[in-house]
Amino acid sequence: MNRRKFIKKSLMTVAALGTFSALLIKPKRVYAAWPKASFDITDLSKSINSVYGHNNLSKTTKVKLKVPDIAENGAVVPINVKTSLKNVESIMLFVENNPQPLSSGYMLSAKSKPVIGTRIKMGQTSTVIAAVKSNGKVYSASKEVKITIGGCGG
Amino acid sequence: MNKFFFILLFFSLGVFASPEEDLDAFRDHFKSRFPSIAFSDYKNGVYSVDSSSREQWESIEEFPPYEINIEQGEELFNIPFKNGNIYASCFENKGIGIRQNYPYFDEDTNQVMTLELAINKCRKKNGEKPLNYYKGGPMADISAYMAYTSRGNIINIEIPNNEKALEAYEDGKKLYFSKKGQLNFSCADCHIWQSGTKLRADITSPGIGHSTHFPVYRSSAGRLVTLHERFAGCLNRIRAKPYKAQKDEYRNLEYFVTYMSNGLEINGPGSRK
Amino acid sequence: MVAEANRENIMSTIKIKAKESKGSVTVRTLIKHPMETGQRKNKKTGEKIPSHFIQEVTCKANGEEVINVYWGPAVSKNPYLTFVYEGSKGDTIELSWLDNQGNRDSNKVTAK
Repeated sequence: MNRRKFIKKSLMTVAALGTFSALLIKPKRVYAAWPKASFDITDLSKSINSVYGHNNLSKTTKVKLKVPDIAENGAVVPINVKTSLKNVESIMLFVENNPQPLSSGYMLSAKSKPVIGTRIKMGQTSTVIAAVKSNGKVYSASKEVKITIGGCGG
Repeated sequence: MNKFFFILLFFSLGVFASPEEDLDAFRDHFKSRFPSIAFSDYKNGVYSVDSSSREQWESIEEFPPYEINIEQGEELFNIPFKNGNIYASCFENKGIGIRQNYPYFDEDTNQVMTLELAINKCRKKNGEKPLNYYKGGPMADISAYMAYTSRGNIINIEIPNNEKALEAYEDGKKLYFSKKGQLNFSCADCHIWQSGTKLRADITSPGIGHSTHFPVYRSSAGRLVTLHERFAGCLNRIRAKPYKAQKDEYRNLEYFVTYMSNGLEINGPGSRK
Repeated sequence: MVAEANRENIMSTIKIKAKESKGSVTVRTLIKHPMETGQRKNKKTGEKIPSHFIQEVTCKANGEEVINVYWGPAVSKNPYLTFVYEGSKGDTIELSWLDNQGNRDSNKVTAK
C-alpha cells in the first residue's frame, strides 16, 4: 500500500485503541487502558459506533431495563439490567442527553450471569439505553427517565 | 377532623390543650387524611404516601450510602479524647441504643437537650473543640451511628410536668404553626394540611414520623444532613431567615416534632433524595 | 484519598456483600468515592473542581476474574455496583478499583 494509506490506517488503529471496539475485537481478555475515546464522545450514535463499530441495535423484550419513570433525584438514578439472552459478552449503559452518553460498560466473563445494577447521574430528562452484546449481535432496550426540579427538597 | 376545630384545639385561649391532647388530635388528623397508611409506616416519611419514589428509595436501601457513614461514626465514637475519656462515658448504656430518648427536657439546665447538643457537651466536658452541626462531617457520622444502634427502639418522649418543660414544648408547637418567610408558609401548611400533595415536583411528607429517620443521607447533597440542617433548609426554601443550629428555636421545635412521633420506632439514618 | 491496599489501619473504601443462592453469587458493593465529573465549579473560587472518578472496577472470585467494569464520571457519587456470577458459598471475592488520578483500593470477602 502507498504511504498515504499506510499512515491513515495507522492513525485509525491508534484511534481504535482508545475505544471499546479495540477491547471487543481481541479474542482473549486484555487489561487495556480505560477506553477514553468512547467515554469522551458527546453524540449518542457516535458513542454507540465507537463501542461496537456499528449502530445496529436490535430492540428486544429479552433485555429488561429497570429505571424509574420519574427520577427522585438526577444525581442518583438506580438502573438495573438483566437479560435472558445467552453468551452475553458485555452490557453498556447510554444516557442520550448526558454530556457524554456512554455512562459505563460491563465486560462479562464466562461465569457471569447477565445481570448488572448501578446508580447513575442524569443531567436532564433523557432516554436511557441498555445495550447487550450476545453471540456477536447487539440488542437493546430503552426507556425515558424524567428528571424534575423539586419544589421544597432544597 | 376539620381544620377549624383543629386550629381551635391548638390555640385554645386561656386553656392550653395538653401535649397528650395535641398528640391525639395530630394522630386523628392523619388517620382520617391517610386511612390506608399503617401507623408504623409513618417512620418512612414521604415514602409512606408516595409509591413511585418509595420504589426508588427501596432500591437505594439495598445498599444505602449511609452505611459508609455508620462505619465512620462507629470509629469516631470509639476514639478516645486527648484526656483518655470516651464518648460512652457521657451517655447512659454507653451511648448504645439511646437515640429514642432524645430530645429530653433537662431539668438541671432548664433546656431541651438534643443528641447532637449532648455530643458536643461531652466533647466540651473533655476538653475537645465542638463539631459542626451542618455539612455532614464527624457530628453527622456519630449521630448516624448512634441512630443506627437505636433502630427499632420506640420513641416515647415524656414531657415532665413542670412549667419550663411545657413552655419549651409550646414554643416548638407555636413555631410549627407560624407562617414564615416571603412564601408565608408554616410547617403545618406543608406537613399537616397539604401533606401528601405536590409542591412543584415534591410530595410533602406527613408531620408524624419526621424525626425517626435522621440524620439522612441526601442524594442531592451527597452527604448526611442533620435535622437542624433540614429545618434551616426548609426555612430557606420558603424564603425565611433560618435560625441557628442547636439554639432554642430548633431545639424546641425538635422537641415538639419528636413528641408528635411518639409510638414510632427509630429507623435512622435514612436515605432521601 | 486512600491509595494503597493492605494498609492495616485505613478503613477500606469498598464495602462488599456477597450471597450465594442456587449456584449463583450476587455481589453488591458500595464504594466511597467522590466521582467528581470535572464540571462542577468551586463556589468560592469559580474554578472547576478537577475530575476524580473511578474508571475501572474488577472482581475476582478465587483468583479468577469474573467481571471487569469501566465507569465514567456519570456514575453516582459513592458508587454502587451489583452483578451475579456462577459460584459457591465460601468463594473468596476480591474487588479492586482504579481511578483517573491513579489511586487504587481493594477489599476481600467470603461469599456467604
